[in-house]
Amino acid sequence: MPAGTLYRGREGMWSWVAHRVTGVLIFFFLFAHVLDTALVRVSPEAYDSVIATYKFWLVNLMEYGLVAAILFHALNGLRVVAVDFWAKGPKYQKQMLWTVVGIWVVLMGGAFYPVLQHTLRTWFGG
Amino acid sequence: MSTPTVETHSAALDAVEAGSTKLINVTFRIRRFNPEEHPDPVWVDYQLEMDPKERILDALNKIKWEQDGTLTYRRSCAHGICGSDAMRINGRNRLACKTLVKDVDPAKPITIEAIKGLAVLKDLIVDMDPFFQAYKDVMPFLITSGNEPTRERLQSQADRERFDDTTKCILCAACTSSCPVFWNDGQYFGPAAIVNAHRFIFDSRDEGAEQRLEVLNDREGVWRCRTTFNCSEACPRGIEVTKAIQEVKRALVTRRF
Repeated sequence: MPAGTLYRGREGMWSWVAHRVTGVLIFFFLFAHVLDTALVRVSPEAYDSVIATYKFWLVNLMEYGLVAAILFHALNGLRVVAVDFWAKGPKYQKQMLWTVVGIWVVLMGGAFYPVLQHTLRTWFGG
Repeated sequence: MSTPTVETHSAALDAVEAGSTKLINVTFRIRRFNPEEHPDPVWVDYQLEMDPKERILDALNKIKWEQDGTLTYRRSCAHGICGSDAMRINGRNRLACKTLVKDVDPAKPITIEAIKGLAVLKDLIVDMDPFFQAYKDVMPFLITSGNEPTRERLQSQADRERFDDTTKCILCAACTSSCPVFWNDGQYFGPAAIVNAHRFIFDSRDEGAEQRLEVLNDREGVWRCRTTFNCSEACPRGIEVTKAIQEVKRALVTRRF
């Protein structure tokens, strides 16, 4: 069956999609996080070995992705609050979204080394 | 003093007039659906020679009158007031009678589909009953108490201005059928019903605001709105739909209206 076309929504719709996607990603992280932290009650050795996997470059990269998801979700969440409670929020929703994206880019740049330093040091020395 | 501007003007005018008669080939890709013939919808291409300043509705009329009389769609006034011909043109909800060919990139095939979220009956016609039921449920009429006045009900300009934006609605369903929440949950009242509730909630002459707010305080009421702004983008009347919905939400929180 030929599907209909994707609805061509604009900034508002795609920010909502991104908000949902990052929200689900954060939920799955919290799920894994509760499990690996709870492991310390089972045995500290098992906890240590699981936590050691955070040093692996792919997991480290996923941590950076987690920072990206949380930052977007948090900043866009403030935008949604403004749209809800500020009378001029709906009027300035696009400008607020681009502000969110701007702040997000700056913070992602700032988080690059602190989050990825283990992998960067392993790969490039220092 | 010489008037060279007249010369320039007429030359520019000539160019515009020459351009206006130039017809271009346009492909219209229409999502056809006829449950009596085939259970699934199909995309069908139609080639037309169009003036870029003609409307999408003109194209549909040409197809129906000259190429394929079975093409089915709603239209009535053809001037953006009756709200009959809302459809998804190149992926966005618009009125076929207010969209010009040149506005939607005629170099590529122009896709036309029925609006989303309501059951398609045939081709571009959807079942509007759930849409109008939601409209009726918010009681879109003046509610008052006491004796009827012998004169008109007076209102200040400022009071009239308060809900001016939401009086413009033509019930075309472009907003409601652009809403991702409505696509997934047909029980949601939808932007159009909330806009028409807003029109009376903030009318100083009306006394039914409490009742309407109670209706919209429902699980399927205003709280389902996720502020995707698709409705505001889609409205052919330029109503700030999301803003109206947010005002109703705030009226529910603050009880000030």
